[in-house]
Amino acid sequence: MKHTLVAKVMDQPGVLNRVASLFRRRAFNIDSLTVGHTETSEFSRMTIVVDTARVPASIVAANLRKLIPVAEVVDVTHLPTVDRDLALIRVRSSPAGFAELASLVEIFRARIVDVATDSVIVEVTGPEAKVASLVELLRPRGILEMVRTGKVAMVRGSVGEAKPATHEASAA
Amino acid sequence: MQRTGAQIVWECLVKEGVETVFGYPGGAILPTYDAMLDYPVRHVLVRHEQGAAHMADGYARASGKVGVAIATSGPGATNLTTGIATAMLDSSPTVFITGQVSSKVLGTDAFQEVDVTGITLPITKHNSLVTEARHVARTIREAFVIARSGRPGPVLVDITKDAQQGKTEFHYPETVYLPGLHEPEPPDAESLARAAELIDKAERPLILAGAGVMRSGASQVLREFAEKTGTPVALTLLGIGGFPQSHPLCLGMMGMHGEAFTNSAIQRADLLLAFGMRFDDRVTGNIKTYALHAKKIHVEIDPSEVGKNVKVDVALVSDLRVALEALTPLVKAKRPEAWIAEIEGGRQETRSRDIIHRDENGRLLAAHVVHDLWQTTGGDSVVVSDVGQHQMWEAQYYKHDDPRTLITSGGLGTMGFALPAAIGVKMARPDAEVWVVAGDGGFQMTQCELATLQQEQLDVKIAIVNNGFLGMVRQWQEFFHDKRYAATPMLSPDFVKLAGAYDVPAYRVSQRGDVVPTVRKARETKGPVLIEFQVEKEDAVYPMVPAGSDLHAMIRRPSEAGEEVRS
Repeated sequence: MKHTLVAKVMDQPGVLNRVASLFRRRAFNIDSLTVGHTETSEFSRMTIVVDTARVPASIVAANLRKLIPVAEVVDVTHLPTVDRDLALIRVRSSPAGFAELASLVEIFRARIVDVATDSVIVEVTGPEAKVASLVELLRPRGILEMVRTGKVAMVRGSVGEAKPATHEASAA
Repeated sequence: MQRTGAQIVWECLVKEGVETVFGYPGGAILPTYDAMLDYPVRHVLVRHEQGAAHMADGYARASGKVGVAIATSGPGATNLTTGIATAMLDSSPTVFITGQVSSKVLGTDAFQEVDVTGITLPITKHNSLVTEARHVARTIREAFVIARSGRPGPVLVDITKDAQQGKTEFHYPETVYLPGLHEPEPPDAESLARAAELIDKAERPLILAGAGVMRSGASQVLREFAEKTGTPVALTLLGIGGFPQSHPLCLGMMGMHGEAFTNSAIQRADLLLAFGMRFDDRVTGNIKTYALHAKKIHVEIDPSEVGKNVKVDVALVSDLRVALEALTPLVKAKRPEAWIAEIEGGRQETRSRDIIHRDENGRLLAAHVVHDLWQTTGGDSVVVSDVGQHQMWEAQYYKHDDPRTLITSGGLGTMGFALPAAIGVKMARPDAEVWVVAGDGGFQMTQCELATLQQEQLDVKIAIVNNGFLGMVRQWQEFFHDKRYAATPMLSPDFVKLAGAYDVPAYRVSQRGDVVPTVRKARETKGPVLIEFQVEKEDAVYPMVPAGSDLHAMIRRPSEAGEEVRS
């Protein structure tokens, strides 16, 4: 299964390297990892989607917390969240097809952000499943190039309601 | 006041209470060595930086204080790495300070430049690169706080030459801002209550005590808990000393070379109390068949260890001493007589096979050497063992009663650890009788530190158990590779002559009858003495759980010569 961990990390050189090194060393499987600025310059925020088939999310989170520049880790998998993935998709299209394509992607609240003679770039933002649906819909037309940011997530509701992932002893 | 970065290094070390550092100078660390002469810190000049790392580690293990080693950039730093990894695997609080090339040439492959923070990233608890004098004080202060806190470990600070030379205003930071450093909290009441309930209900309880007993200073409260609940105590290799081996409830070492009755008790227990240990594969054997009938309570300071190898029923994520002080008043006093009697039956059966109670038939057996060393020293010395067969015989036959009296490389299994670590131990505990017990292979890896021993005039006794083989590897070849002895027969120098070159008195012993008198002679001599014990060449450590096998499927000691028993 996939778990989504949100980590608040010190904005210092090498933090991403420490996290990546931990995942490599412990053979934790990263699905996606995004990192970016936050409301304070002191901290960055990582959203890490991890495959927990082999190692439980609680162990992954506990290992992340051992890194000194990692201030906080929350497993948001089972919390109500707003989560977003952004994709840029270059799709094969003739000028005649632009209008039809534009109305198709509009259903996904996606839009065409660049037009060339033989292709367009579609920008879509949304939960990963929605992005994936659009990708599948566009695939038969010929996807020439695609980039996805990976998931970012934020817990819904008031600040402070998100509970940190705790250690739950599992029955033997 | 204005200070150079180099002076600030020493200002900080003095503030941290550091009295001794172990190191080796070189170009990139030269400003720091120059400043050293003005500060009241004893510097031990090693012969190889690996030795400095093991000395700092040994110092830390023997004292509980932070051990410090210093090296230069490039090869100086890379030579430290084996020792840093050793400290990491055994959670030893240590700080390593390395010189780095000037910040202006960082990243240019300058002379003796190597990416030290990159190399040591996975083998340190934390590391930092300092490129400006104004960051030296804070970084070193943080290093000590991190090294000591929670589950201790090594921290490395890499300081560029220009950061050592630059001047800045010096303020010692009393407090540090580390939002990512999570100090352990006391166990919660609900988990304590659940643990107490399991303990009260258990009919076949067993304590598994590890290095956490030493790290948290829990040996006294462990004893109170074990005696109140009548719970037998098995020890990991690094847990030895945490509970007295002379105590009737002590079952000695568990795991790959633990006694059969001890491992058998683990497999038949209905409750395991894992105290400051991490279910290493050398302790559990095949994890799928490990202690299937037992509920498990894990008291562990590092949350990432809970549920890593073994699923547990109750976790107390806490300092062990704090947890036991809270738990002991909650449990009922009892004594599981039937269970203890069952274990004692196994102990008697094991004892009957024990090599100690059998005739050596003219051979000198390593087990007898360790047994005689234990008796002659009254069990009161600090033994620093290396890695291999002798290490297991030491663990089986030197009966340690006190914490921090066995210093050995457990997790990493670093050959060459013993002699340099013993130098660190002796510096930390100058009044203790310190014995190195090493094999002929491991001793040769770091024997250059004999010169350090003499230069520092340290009274460390050395017992080399020489069987002419890399014995443990030979044993695996004997058991699992059809006695094909690939690269294990080993030629050694004349150790007596070698010691002579360092002006260390030395003796060779090849008869059982000479063991005790020679150990006595060594003890009566002031200063270092080396004894080479020429022991039986193809002896094996029994019992043995082959790697990955079920814990109850042991290769037992032969009860008669030549007979091998698999249970």
